[in-house]
Amino acid sequence: MNDTSLFEGPGPVQRYQDALTQGLFLIQQCKGCGKHVFYPRVMCPHCGASELKWVEPTGRGVVYSTSVVRQKPEKGGDYNVALIELDEGPRMMSRVMDVDPDKVKIGMKVSAHIGLLDGQHAVVFYNKEQGSKEW
Amino acid sequence: MVKILKGEQSLRGAAAVVGVGLSRFGDLSGNSHMEIMGEAVHHALADAGLTIRDVDGIFATNFVDQLAPLAVAEYFGIKPDFMDGSNLGGSVFVNSLLSASMALKYGLCNVALICYGSNNRSGGFVAPAQAKTVESIYKPRYPIQAYALAAARHMYQYGTTPEQLAEVAVAARKWARLNPAAEMRDPLSIADVLNARRVLDPFGVRDCCLVSDGGAAMILVRADRAKDFPKAPVYMLGVSSRTTHNIISSMPDLTVTAAAQSAPEAFAMAGVKPSDIDVVELYDAFTINTILFLEDMGFCQKGEGGAFVANGNIAPGGKLPVNTNGGGLSCVHPGMYGLFLMIEAVQQLRGECGARQIKDAKLAACNGNGGYLSSQVTAVFGTAATL
Repeated sequence: MNDTSLFEGPGPVQRYQDALTQGLFLIQQCKGCGKHVFYPRVMCPHCGASELKWVEPTGRGVVYSTSVVRQKPEKGGDYNVALIELDEGPRMMSRVMDVDPDKVKIGMKVSAHIGLLDGQHAVVFYNKEQGSKEW
Repeated sequence: MVKILKGEQSLRGAAAVVGVGLSRFGDLSGNSHMEIMGEAVHHALADAGLTIRDVDGIFATNFVDQLAPLAVAEYFGIKPDFMDGSNLGGSVFVNSLLSASMALKYGLCNVALICYGSNNRSGGFVAPAQAKTVESIYKPRYPIQAYALAAARHMYQYGTTPEQLAEVAVAARKWARLNPAAEMRDPLSIADVLNARRVLDPFGVRDCCLVSDGGAAMILVRADRAKDFPKAPVYMLGVSSRTTHNIISSMPDLTVTAAAQSAPEAFAMAGVKPSDIDVVELYDAFTINTILFLEDMGFCQKGEGGAFVANGNIAPGGKLPVNTNGGGLSCVHPGMYGLFLMIEAVQQLRGECGARQIKDAKLAACNGNGGYLSSQVTAVFGTAATL
């Protein structure tokens, strides 16, 4: 028989989203190799182990690359799309919210917050420190 | 890792291109993607002196028929002995060169047809279907999003300038002006590129490829049969296919593509080095592509691509002819461009390119790009003299 204990209930992406809805930003850490994993998966892309635990990252990161999506004002105007490298190692796509889209710079220090994008809880980033807890 | 097969197993010189065909380009309103493909297949068969009844291997992929080889076989009324419809994005046709060479060498088919058609311009732009990812909520505008982020990182890390990116577009246009089939043939200056409408910074519209209707087809046979055809055969000397990621947030280093692995492997199979290559055809979906691939393929050092393309060095009269048909930036880009760039390489090696012909071209290097800089497939073609 298969050992199904690893695969009970919702999958990792749904668990990630459920945690965000509850105000918690969680990423995975591999119990095999110790590396952090994002986006959430059933298997570690670094070593192949199937046991991953959920951990709370520091929420701190650095802008790895950035771009400005040009959009007409009536459609919502220009917006930033950036890649953020988390202190734990993984990179994620997100937006820097408190800086004009074209003023976001590679190397800029940012911290994670849970915001609402199109009514869905999502991790976004701010350049300005927002108190001790980052989200 | 067994990539460079030796001796009897080697794919070097195993297959040869004996027919190529291109449809009309531009706005082909009223033509379906299958009809545009058929137009190109007609020309390729005529070029090879064959009929569709001779074809027994189908290599077909597009963004609208998920079961493309079946659709193509049915359309032409043939029951192929071998089919391949892998999808890696626009690079896949160079990957088809690899699978077709294997299928031909091992007798799984005798006449391989690689074909593609698209009415992306007149019929509406179609991007590859992709399930929702953790990126979706941030509304990345794919495909340009990925390339813009790579360009921004390259500019940050290596000081690559907007002017150097513009040089790529200007060189492509200068080649297109020598190609009667190219869509965009008006003069284009560095200032025109820099002042063009911003689309997704750091890119303006002239950093981006065209959206075209167009079709392409290529016919390959085993090398031992290749001399029996009307045109001088062009031999497959080396090919390698690699990937680093799918979505751009998973790309390990935005300044290094999988061509850094596929190109050395393809060159090793061919037994050549970058300095031996006479003409280079790259998948220039965006201006940064050309710079990244020239670096990763070893035509210059990592980080020096911007300087390498400056001063017209890849334009007509420059030191390395790159994208001699005008590329995806100025010749044609019907959603997936990988087959078009291989056909330009073949035509250069046959000496059929008129005003843009590279004198005595014997070796051509191609690099197909797929997904979001995700798939890179490098190929080397040569004339009979290079066997």
